[in-house]
Amino acid sequence: MAASVRLLVRQAIRLSHRNITVTAAGVSARPSCRCFSESAEERSTHFGFETVSEAEKAKRVYKVFENVAQKYDIMNDAMSLGIHRLWKDMLLHAMHPQPGARLLDVAGGTGDISFRFLEYVRSQRERQQRRAVRFGQTLSLQDISNSYSTIETDGPRESTAVVCDINKEMLKVGKEKAESLGITAGLSWVVGDAEELPFDDDQFDIYTIAFGIRNVTHIDQALQEALRVLKPGGRFMCLEFSKVTNPLLARLYDAYSFQIIPVLGEVIAGDWKSYQYLVESIRKFPSQEEFKSMIEDAGFYCVQYYNFTGGVVALHSGFKL
Amino acid sequence: MWPLIPFRWINRRRHCFTVSKVVCVQQLHSSSTEFANIHYDGLYPGHIPTTTVQKALLSIGSGVAALQNPYRHDMVAVLGETTGHLALIKLRDRMRNDPEGYAVLTERPRIRLSTLDLTKMASLPDGSFGREYLRFLEDNDVTPDSRADVKFVDNEELAYVMQRYREVHDLLHTLLGMPTNMLGEVAVKWFEATQTGLPMCALGAVLGPLRLNASRLQSLFTSLGPWALQNGRCARCVLSIFYERRWEQSLEDLRRELNIEPPPVIPKAKKKKT
Repeated sequence: MAASVRLLVRQAIRLSHRNITVTAAGVSARPSCRCFSESAEERSTHFGFETVSEAEKAKRVYKVFENVAQKYDIMNDAMSLGIHRLWKDMLLHAMHPQPGARLLDVAGGTGDISFRFLEYVRSQRERQQRRAVRFGQTLSLQDISNSYSTIETDGPRESTAVVCDINKEMLKVGKEKAESLGITAGLSWVVGDAEELPFDDDQFDIYTIAFGIRNVTHIDQALQEALRVLKPGGRFMCLEFSKVTNPLLARLYDAYSFQIIPVLGEVIAGDWKSYQYLVESIRKFPSQEEFKSMIEDAGFYCVQYYNFTGGVVALHSGFKL
Repeated sequence: MWPLIPFRWINRRRHCFTVSKVVCVQQLHSSSTEFANIHYDGLYPGHIPTTTVQKALLSIGSGVAALQNPYRHDMVAVLGETTGHLALIKLRDRMRNDPEGYAVLTERPRIRLSTLDLTKMASLPDGSFGREYLRFLEDNDVTPDSRADVKFVDNEELAYVMQRYREVHDLLHTLLGMPTNMLGEVAVKWFEATQTGLPMCALGAVLGPLRLNASRLQSLFTSLGPWALQNGRCARCVLSIFYERRWEQSLEDLRRELNIEPPPVIPKAKKKKT
């Protein structure tokens, strides 16, 4: 009884809030607002717990990341107590890229995934070379001279990472970070929209999107684009906040998210609202299973997900075959 | 019914009562943030409703941040808002009991560049309150628009009192004749602490002197400090004055009316490099 009443009240509040928000927005921006029209201005979506038009969402998400860009990495460390580094390391471990692979890091912003990727393939290459030297010691003179000729003519393919982000501020911060870390070879920075990537078909071996896909207005379009730009055999990998399975952990996580994270945002970055949006957008993102079916609908095969930290973060992976 | 609703509901920004009330209210206070202007769902533009836990965390966090970096004025502001509830109530009541203060509370004047007539103030004679205030702004290279908006006070009237206190701070500098260097700021903080009782002022008054060198400390404790405290105790409530109607009044006259003595020694103001 109480549950159904609660449900009715919740629906009533949601309806009344949407009406009020639309009217308020209508008064300030447009003279009329028809609910069944097709254009992006009238179709509504969620921005955290608010309901906004789709065009508005893209603008507001842009503003959020423009505001947080300078303190983005510090805030990540503060909010996750440094655990986000482990999640990203686990992504790379699952990816296990081989030297010569081409990575597209969408919503790559400050470059965390790409830096790790380049570091990983570099150490892989070193390991390969060490192994080649070790086993090459018993080669005959003929084999050794053959290997000299291959080195001259056919150099090993270099791995490249392309960081693509819609937000110029985030890319700027990422570039500065790359310079200070001394990472320049094999890295490029491209401004682009995940729903409409500025790349040709069949270009990349690996497509990653880490903590970015929940900010995209049309997730299915982003998935379609991912499928398009990947080579056949290429892998799609998505790291994103997801639904916590354990109920006790879920309550602690909710309390932490809503009580502490906006406070951290205010104290460290001077921006409460952006971090309020961030924690609300996590709640609006589909669950692990739902997102898995969305990826399968887009045309990926062998779709799997792995939960990290009890479901706080999930890694979804699929292949283009 | 209400106690059954999960705790996280209280945090969600969809308060249907406050939203419906707030959309009908005219925007009395203009705010600089985009979010606040279009979709504010608190009690006033820029209002962010917070729970007690959040306020406690904010006050601790902002206190630490402000101590580490005193140039983070937003943190000082947040500290003031989260710790000043009782003091704001007392201030509001004092204002209500004073006829001019009551006028301020009902008319809600705001001191910003858009509401000040700078050319008219520049044409006022030297020694008048408006002219001296303008001189203070120019000498110290400050603007009244640099005050952060109030965010965490959960009462619309008290939020205005807090905002008024912030905007009156520069006027206090003029009234007391204090520049914006560290010594001048500490002197004004001592005055404000006795006048308003805001914990943030008290904290600033106690911790500010830690950053002064020996000679300035001596000046503070021997002459400026006692003068500031004395004036704070004896002066009329500075928030109850409708400053916007007194630009033509002579500064000396205004000081007499408010029971403020001129400063014994003026700390050397550093001309800020533009």
